[in-house]
Amino acid sequence: MAVKGAGRGSGAYKPVSMSSKEYQAFAKAREPSRSIWTNCLKAFLVGGIICTIGQGVTQFFITVFNMSSRDAGNPTVAVMILLAVILTSMGVYDKIAQWAGAGSAVPVTGFANSMCSAAIEHRAEGLVLGVGANMFKLAGSVIVFGVVAAFVVGIVYWLFGIGAWHDVTG
Amino acid sequence: MFEQPPVIIATGTVVGPDEGQGPLAADFDLVHPDMEIGQPTWEKSEKVLMEQATEIALQHAKLSKDKLNFFVGGDLMNQIISTTFAVRQLEAPYIGVFGACSTSMESLAVASLLISTGAAEYVMAGTCSHNCTVEKQFRYPTEYGSQKPPTAQYTVTGAGASILARGGDGPVVTAATIGKIMDLGIKDPFNMGAAMAPAAVDTIQGHFQETGRDPGYYDLIVTGDLAGVGHPLASEMLQRNGVPMDRTTFNDCGLMVYDVEKQKVQAGGSGCACSAVVTYGHLLKRIRSGDLRRILVVATGALLSPLSYQQGESIPCVAHAVAIEAGNPGQGGANG
Repeated sequence: MAVKGAGRGSGAYKPVSMSSKEYQAFAKAREPSRSIWTNCLKAFLVGGIICTIGQGVTQFFITVFNMSSRDAGNPTVAVMILLAVILTSMGVYDKIAQWAGAGSAVPVTGFANSMCSAAIEHRAEGLVLGVGANMFKLAGSVIVFGVVAAFVVGIVYWLFGIGAWHDVTG
Repeated sequence: MFEQPPVIIATGTVVGPDEGQGPLAADFDLVHPDMEIGQPTWEKSEKVLMEQATEIALQHAKLSKDKLNFFVGGDLMNQIISTTFAVRQLEAPYIGVFGACSTSMESLAVASLLISTGAAEYVMAGTCSHNCTVEKQFRYPTEYGSQKPPTAQYTVTGAGASILARGGDGPVVTAATIGKIMDLGIKDPFNMGAAMAPAAVDTIQGHFQETGRDPGYYDLIVTGDLAGVGHPLASEMLQRNGVPMDRTTFNDCGLMVYDVEKQKVQAGGSGCACSAVVTYGHLLKRIRSGDLRRILVVATGALLSPLSYQQGESIPCVAHAVAIEAGNPGQGGANG
């Protein structure tokens, strides 16, 4: 035999004898620490900046187009999505996200990025099976659980009758 | 142990831009300035990397492709498409192997065996990986903004191929140890270094036991892609088990291929190409120049699939070791 299998004999060295639990604790203790506070601060800053830009856009629609603050909401979201898609296409958004963490993932821009990046990535597999089928790969679960959560909240409102009719009837 | 040690007569290495900015840039045969390499899809780019590595290796060996008796290789893509598509043009009998990132040494060990048993005259071994194809298949779309933890690793974009022969000038493969699957229950796909470390330790110890060699026999022992998290774990485990690693230099290809401090690669490099380009490009050059005489390359592989970790499975790992030593120029190397 020219090639032998590894380590079955009992030689001079101790075999790898740690149990899974022992090894996981061993590895965990030596893992580089992630600074939760720094990450929170970065997320707070970037998330705040994104929201400030959004507020600026809202203000723009209110002053320039004489919209009410309620009407300005939809075009603001559209502009923010557009910005996120442009940044994603230019390959910048993922670099911001590595620094910002949840700061760039939570706002609507993060949602746009998840769809846009999946669409770009799977363009190679065609429009239907690629872009169409994969666009919601990441965003899909957000929508599903968003709808489910809204349903549950709706039922809670209905059961306890907290102001639900007020909202519907205006 | 190979009684008829096969000779590595030529190698070819191709890398992408990030590796080209790393400390080993001068040792690679071809450095691409971008990730696309003029191809419409990432998968095609990866295939081209492999094609170019095989072409360069053939040129260096001054060998025509019809002389090759076998090609042994694989990669990280589903159904190892990158390698399979790339070696269509070689028209050589093909053995596809999969050992995740350990494929580099797995293919070299199988190729060596084919030569050593007399089944073949010339065999090519090769593997490739591409950062973007791996991100797409195993993680998220490349442009998706997710924060990677510091334990994550950066997949090397590149390909490495080597041609083995029964005789000739060049470094020789003197021994190979095929590892067994080790799984100590690590489930985090962003911490593969920790998952793979026990496999490396087991194979290194197994190698010393069966060959009767000692760490001091080698000038350098490198692991494939344990990187900044896994490599210290492996060192500590070896030390605890009483393996005198202080008699050799113990390093990791994932830490060598990038400037881990300056480049944004988290814990370091990974991927099939990581150990392949470092071994075939950098380390063999140092053996040929006489800087190193004997090395042991322990390529580590995490055998997970996107499906297995989504279903909550742990990550089984394997490591394969290949001992490469300086040949005896002028004596035909393999006839000893």
